[in-house]
Amino acid sequence: MIKINPSEITPEHVYISRRKFLVGIGALVTSSLVLTACGQQEPSLTPPTAEPGSDSSVFPPLSASSDELGDKLTSFEAITNYTNYYEFTTSKEGVARLAQDFKTSPWMVEIGGLVHKPKTFDIDDLLKFPQEERIYRMRCVEAWSMVIPWVGFSLAKLLKEVEPMSRAKYVRFGTLHNPDQMPGQKRGGYNWPYVEGLRMDEAMHDLTILATGLYGKSLLPQNGAPVRLVVPWKYGFKSIKSVVKIDLVEEMPISLWMAAAPHEYGFYANVNPEVPHPRWSQATERRIGETKRRETLLFNGYAEEVADLYAGIDLKKWY
Amino acid sequence: MRKLKGHWLQILTHVAALLPLALLLWDYWQGRFIIDPVQEITTRTGKTALILLILSLACTPINTIFGFKQVMRVRRALGLYAFMYAGLHFLTFIGLDYGFDFDLIAQDILDQRYVLVGFAAGLLLLPLAITSTQGWQKRLGKNWKRLHQLVYLASILAIVHFTWLVKDIREPLRYGAVVALLLIARMPSIRKAVSNARYRLKTR
Repeated sequence: MIKINPSEITPEHVYISRRKFLVGIGALVTSSLVLTACGQQEPSLTPPTAEPGSDSSVFPPLSASSDELGDKLTSFEAITNYTNYYEFTTSKEGVARLAQDFKTSPWMVEIGGLVHKPKTFDIDDLLKFPQEERIYRMRCVEAWSMVIPWVGFSLAKLLKEVEPMSRAKYVRFGTLHNPDQMPGQKRGGYNWPYVEGLRMDEAMHDLTILATGLYGKSLLPQNGAPVRLVVPWKYGFKSIKSVVKIDLVEEMPISLWMAAAPHEYGFYANVNPEVPHPRWSQATERRIGETKRRETLLFNGYAEEVADLYAGIDLKKWY
Repeated sequence: MRKLKGHWLQILTHVAALLPLALLLWDYWQGRFIIDPVQEITTRTGKTALILLILSLACTPINTIFGFKQVMRVRRALGLYAFMYAGLHFLTFIGLDYGFDFDLIAQDILDQRYVLVGFAAGLLLLPLAITSTQGWQKRLGKNWKRLHQLVYLASILAIVHFTWLVKDIREPLRYGAVVALLLIARMPSIRKAVSNARYRLKTR
């Protein structure tokens, strides 16, 4: 394993101070035009007085050291240096370095499809939704897991703003497609850009969030900056990163993984110890930071909140 | 010095085969395994076992094709080191990964095709490691060779094991291509053609 030297990672204060700068400007000048113009400036223009640390004006500070089950938070170092992000590389330890120069500003998220009020949000619009801390377990389909203190807001709040039509049955999400910035997208074998989908009721569920930060700080590129989906009761690959497009649709979207390996990855991808992946068991998982495995929980431990969504559905068939 | 000269390949083999273990211990000591040490140790021991197994398979064809007899003297060591790393790989799996919790293992193992295949490959290597001594070689006579042909099956199973556990199968397929080549090089017709060609070259 390559240990990433901390000096090779974009210094947090450079990364954070930029947002602080923007927010500071935003407080003074409410015109979104000015904000957009500033968004195109280079980070070198950041005032040198900006201090490292969390952006308390937008993000709530870290409030707990464990999740509701008493499981300890995974370290910031592990969360930011062990990521599956095939748009950069298939090496989990290699993503952070390759993604360090990824440009997350300006950033637009276009919401359309079967909605009454289609709208394009820039990242500062999204940060206007009150940002709250959500400590969630993240279970990768590869049978490892983490506990991550996300910062974000309920996706439902965003969807309500665009007023979905009653015909809308599903939500389809798309990641940025930019092979120059994301070298993994130059590789064949996958149908880029990354696409994921949720059923309307899953998307509107309170646990489903768009995350903009973690550990009280802005997301780093390797974790899907500047905005990503987090659906804690589904395998990690459902929680699409660096989202630029959200469409409300009538038909079930075909995700990238469904297209690449239909027998291995279904639309639902709910965490379920009883439904093995065709090539490996899902009964246990290794929590990053622990050695011995632990048993995987149905719906990743969120059964009480989400089991109703799947009443009467054969979860083995709809994997 | 002359004595050392005759043994350079043996020395190289031992050093090279122990190096991955030394590196593993060194990295562990240095605290390099920050994120998923179990995964790291599992992957490294498994891959080293496979590479050493492939090298042991390469000895015979290298001898028959290039007439480089020296390699036959390191064949046994390569095979035994492969077995050692396979054993460490297995111990990591049941000990570190599952904490010798056989209920957990039982829950998992039936769904994990790759575990069963990997286990079978390791099991096949066990009698080969035991009968690798000259004493056993003499005792078994002709059957020794037959028994040790199990390594062909073990190497194929190891490739299947590798292929089934990764998302991106290009790397295991590269190893698989090498194994296929080394097995093809053993087919009697190929062997004959090669030795005929060598004979013609020599007598020209």
